Amino acid sequence: MYAWFWRTLPGRWPGKLLATLAALGVVIAILFVVVFPWLEPKLPFNDVTVDEPIYVVTPTPAPSLS
Amino acid sequence: MMNREHVDVSGKSDPSSAVPDQEYPGDVLRLIARGFGQLLMTLGVLLLLLCVYDLWWTNVESARTIATVRSQILADWARPISGPDPANTSDPGSEPQGFAQPDYGSGFALLYIPRMRDKVWGLPILEGTSKAILAQGAGHYRTTAMVGAIGNFAIAAHRSTHNEPFAHIDDLRVGDKVFVQTRDTWYVYTLREDNPNLSPLDVWVIDPVPGQVGAVPKKRLLTMTTCTPRYGSTGRWAWWGELVATRSASQGPPPGVSVTT
Repeated sequence: MYAWFWRTLPGRWPGKLLATLAALGVVIAILFVVVFPWLEPKLPFNDVTVDEPIYVVTPTPAPSLS
Repeated sequence: MMNREHVDVSGKSDPSSAVPDQEYPGDVLRLIARGFGQLLMTLGVLLLLLCVYDLWWTNVESARTIATVRSQILADWARPISGPDPANTSDPGSEPQGFAQPDYGSGFALLYIPRMRDKVWGLPILEGTSKAILAQGAGHYRTTAMVGAIGNFAIAAHRSTHNEPFAHIDDLRVGDKVFVQTRDTWYVYTLREDNPNLSPLDVWVIDPVPGQVGAVPKKRLLTMTTCTPRYGSTGRWAWWGELVATRSASQGPPPGVSVTT
């Protein structure tokens, strides 16, 4: 897969290297700005609350506190 | 993949012959093995990038977001309120009553913890405890009391990722002060007790009277929860404190807080 990518790039190896690094940069940017922010809340690795599993966090009127 | 020379096994030496390359079974297997290997490597690199994102990039982003939300809150407080003041009266002799529940997602207070001042100094407290909210500061459990009110004012914050405000929760000691600033009032809590060995299902820690189901609250408590261990979230750590003093905002910050806003 990656060999095919390298072969398909036009030019000699300095240009190919630059293009590869640029492509890597774009992929990483997409990951950090789109994919990971979408994925991260779905992972259970940094929950900090003691909500019951069925707690819904949509806005609800507050119970009156006496 | 090496360029395979075209091996003409038909005996003809005419390069323009129409005989196609023969696919040896070994070729196909090598292709599959290579592809699978590259897939695994790619997944490994992706996981590594996810760790970098979580443990570094979210800190960078949230530090920015927290500063922005803090400025917004302070700017909002600096604006004079027209109409009835929803916050409690600034009469210094009055009972601290807390105030009406803020809109979901809105920042309504700032948290100062001197023992953790490199991470928690003017940390916004927002209404709600969703992940989106916790990336902007500490979150207030919606079903719990308001700051200063009788009952249990419970908040949660990250211990790792998203600027990890409660990273050094293990530095806190009984007797440490926690300050909450709202538009009109400073609230001073003293920490009394903690439990670092809780589970995510220990919902009782944010009860009006933690540990006594259904009891009528008489005290004005504070609860702070976060995850444990530091880079996991299999357990929870909770600190409880009690309100010991309030002070009108017009009198300036209480001793222990020198605020540079």
